[in-house]
Amino acid sequence: MKVELEADKCVASGQCVLAAMEVFDQDDDGIAILLDEQVADGQLDDVREAIAVCPAAAIRLVEQ
Amino acid sequence: MRRVLVVGASAAGLAAAETLRREGYDGTLTLVGDEPLAPYDRPPLSKQLLSAEWESDRLALRTADDLAALGLDLRLGVAATGLHLADRTVRLADGTTVPYDGLILATGVRPRRLSGEGAHVLRTLDDALALRDRLTPGTRLVVVGAGFLGAEAAAVAWRLGAEVTLLEPAPVPLAHAVGTEVGQMLTGAHLERGVNLRCGVTVREVTEEGVRLADGELIEADEVLVAVGSLPNTEWLDGSGLTVGDGVVCDEYCEAARNVYAAGDVARWYNPLFGVSMRIEHRTNAAEQGMAAARNLLDPEGRKAFAPVPYFWSDQYDMKIQAYGYLRGHDEVAVVDGDLADRRFVAVYRTGGRVTGALAAGMPPRAIRTWRQAIMSGVNWSEAVRTEEVVQGGTAL
Repeated sequence: MKVELEADKCVASGQCVLAAMEVFDQDDDGIAILLDEQVADGQLDDVREAIAVCPAAAIRLVEQ
Repeated sequence: MRRVLVVGASAAGLAAAETLRREGYDGTLTLVGDEPLAPYDRPPLSKQLLSAEWESDRLALRTADDLAALGLDLRLGVAATGLHLADRTVRLADGTTVPYDGLILATGVRPRRLSGEGAHVLRTLDDALALRDRLTPGTRLVVVGAGFLGAEAAAVAWRLGAEVTLLEPAPVPLAHAVGTEVGQMLTGAHLERGVNLRCGVTVREVTEEGVRLADGELIEADEVLVAVGSLPNTEWLDGSGLTVGDGVVCDEYCEAARNVYAAGDVARWYNPLFGVSMRIEHRTNAAEQGMAAARNLLDPEGRKAFAPVPYFWSDQYDMKIQAYGYLRGHDEVAVVDGDLADRRFVAVYRTGGRVTGALAAGMPPRAIRTWRQAIMSGVNWSEAVRTEEVVQGGTAL
C-alpha cells in the first residue's frame, strides 16, 4: 500500500504525526510531510488511524 | 450485534461508521443524516470555502468509492425524530422506523439565532455559499459574536473587501476560552486592519436595516452574520429516557445508555484526564470520539475511557492559532516561548495545580507538541513554568 497526502489541504494539526510518527512529520509551518510513501504492513493500522483523525481528509491509502 | 445505527452523517458519524467496519463489524450499518449531502468537512466553511479559494467539491470527506466500500444503508436528507430505547428503534422524518442493536448518536449542533429575520448563520455548506454570494467589496457586514467562527468569517470578509463590524458582548473576545491577554492580542489583529470591533455590546435583534443594540442604537448593515454559539441537537431525544443536559450525557466511555453511545459536538461526556464533564465542538474531537464510541460499542468487555487532549485550530488573517487541552475555567496563563506582542508565542494554562492547556500562534509545531505531552501526563505547573513567565495571574496555587 502507498500513502498519498494532499499537502494543500493540510491544516497543520499534526494529528497524523501523533498517530503514525514513522510515516508523517511536519515542516516548520506545520504542514504534513511524508517520510515514506510506502507503508509497511506493520504501519497500516497507524496510517489508517491517521486517515481517520486527519481533520482535513488530506490522507489516503492507495493500492499499488 | 447485527444492526448498528449511526445517527448523524458528519465527521463523528462517518468516523464511527468507518471504525465499525475497520474493527470487523460486518452486520447492517445504517447511517442517517439530515442534510442531503454526503459527509463533508465543516472547518473550511468559514475559511477556504467562504473566501472562494475552494469550491464545494473539495469539502467531501470521502470519495464516492470510499463511501460505497463501507457497505452502508445510507439515509441522507432525513432527520431522526424519535428514539424508543425499550424497543431499540429510531423513528425518521420520512415515517420509517429503524431497529438497532447498537446506536451511535452524532447529531451535532445548530447555530443559535437572534430574534428578527434575514441574518446569516454559518454551519452548513448552504449557509456558507449564501453568505459568500453577498461578500462583495464594499458590502457592509455586521458579524454578531467575536468567537472563533465570527472572527474567522470577519477576517475572510475583510480580505474580500467588505466593510466589517464585529460585535461582541464580552469586554474582551474569547477571554473565557483563551484568557484576557491572548484575547487582547486577537483584538489587536482586527483593529489594526480597520475591522470595527466593538466589545461590551449586546444585540437585541436583527432588523431590515441591520442590527438593533440593547441600548436602542441601530447599526446599519447590508448583511448580518450571527455567530453566537450553538445548541446541541437533542430535542428529538426528549422523552426517550436518555439524560440530556447541554448535550447527550454520557459516561467516560461515551455511553449514554446500554449499547447507546454519543460522539462529536452533541456528546457531553466525562473526560477522566481533566476530571470534568465536557462537550467539545472541535473537528478533531468529532473524529476521535466517533472512533472511540464505535470501538466501545463493539467491544464492551475491552472498552476504554475516552480521555483525549482536545485540539483546535483557527485561521484569522495571517495567523494560525492552535491549542491543546481544556482551557476553559483556567486559573493562570503564562507565555513560555516567543512574545504575545509579536503574535509568535506559546501560552500555557493552569487549572488547579496542573498544566491543562497550551495555545500557540506563529510557532513551529514542535514548540507546542511537547506541551501536549505535558498536558497528557498531567505535569505540575510549578515544575513546567517559571514565575516570570506568568502574564495573567489568578487564584493562588
